[in-house]
Amino acid sequence: MYDMKALYQAKSVADAVALRLAHPDAQIIAGGSDVLVQMREGRRAGVELISIQTLDEIRGVSMDEDGTLRIGSLTSFSHITRDPLIQKYINVLGEAVDQVGGPQIRNIGTIGGNTCNGVTSADSASTLHAWDAIVELTGPEGVRRQPISEFYIRAGRVDIREGEIQTAILIPKESYENCFGHYIKYAMRNAMDIATLGTSVNVRLSADKKRVERARVAFGVAGPVPLRAAAAEQLAAGRPVSQELADRFAQAVKEDINPRDSWRAARDFRLHIAVESARRAFIESVKLAGGDL
Amino acid sequence: MEKHEIQYQTVHFNLNGKDVERTVDVRASLTDMLRNDYHTLSVKKGCEVGECGACNVLIDGETFNSCIYLAVWAEGRRIRTLEGLMGPDGELSDIQQAFIDEAAIQCGFCTPGFIMSAVELLESGREYTDEEIRRHLSGHLCRCTGYENILRAVKKTMYRRLGREMPQT
Repeated sequence: MYDMKALYQAKSVADAVALRLAHPDAQIIAGGSDVLVQMREGRRAGVELISIQTLDEIRGVSMDEDGTLRIGSLTSFSHITRDPLIQKYINVLGEAVDQVGGPQIRNIGTIGGNTCNGVTSADSASTLHAWDAIVELTGPEGVRRQPISEFYIRAGRVDIREGEIQTAILIPKESYENCFGHYIKYAMRNAMDIATLGTSVNVRLSADKKRVERARVAFGVAGPVPLRAAAAEQLAAGRPVSQELADRFAQAVKEDINPRDSWRAARDFRLHIAVESARRAFIESVKLAGGDL
Repeated sequence: MEKHEIQYQTVHFNLNGKDVERTVDVRASLTDMLRNDYHTLSVKKGCEVGECGACNVLIDGETFNSCIYLAVWAEGRRIRTLEGLMGPDGELSDIQQAFIDEAAIQCGFCTPGFIMSAVELLESGREYTDEEIRRHLSGHLCRCTGYENILRAVKKTMYRRLGREMPQT
């Protein structure tokens, strides 16, 4: 038995919004692999829950008319990894979420929950930051869209307003077209572990594959929320592809990241693996994009 | 402390091929309901926070830790536990027998969870590499066997079902 005061099961997105307004203190529960575990640990004792678990209307991956990739917030990690649209346009996201927990966790955990709990170590978060994802929220006034970098306010806190629920993660066409990326999770175990550092890089090369048109890099656990490394991105943009560029790009990430000491790893160690992961992920992304270096 | 009414809900689902319904306390986990209301005691209470895999069951063909799944979410689903693998006269299935033959079972606490993950893999009808099998079973903890015998039991059953010899390594 879970220590809960009441359970409200939403029957539609509109119903979920109404329940949010009627029970402002209630906790939203999607897959439950965070919320139920926290309840077991004695946190949230006597909580009211609004379950959105059964809302199939916000589950699954599709393409909007303007070419925007739409990932319903309730799509589980394993379904994202297996989805043909994800595999075609943003394969790195499928690979990143395939490193969450273990198989059973990937079947229940949702991308909406992974972003809404505002945790810097979330395996989806760095890749979504690196691909300029847009968070779609539905509330009493309708739909609101927000860049994911603005969605994260501080550790454990995201911009979900009164009556709102997150309904989708969007990847605009401009963001994924001709882009290839790679994610590196650094953790102590291969399964059932949380990232010591997560690094997601993607590049778009010129038509002749000789020059970087755009490079983007984002980290998890390099700061209180997932963050981009702008200096490194500016340094790489427009430059010819080379091993030397990979090294300089990797060194430049230190200008933007600010990891901390924690029981998982020391700050200096995180800085070290950030540089090395950025270098390796950059090289791999260039290779995936058809570049030679 | 504030008093409140216990909230109940009737849940209809299919358990091991049989349509069932029961009214449950909404605070129950799926593990609670399967053990207390249906006596499917293969579903073990281990860590109860989704880390050990002892409570693993198949829901609509996918593996889930039933300890972090609300019982009411079972509505309309098809749920399979180890009990569903038994033959009509209580015979063991091939994968259960393989666990015994390969000494992949000692205290037995993790076994039903492991076997249900193995069932998902075996029923896909595909051949998996050792690495893929390890990864597929990585959501389970076993403190007795050291995993090698479990891997061998799954692999042996996979090749037997595919009608092929297990490659010697």
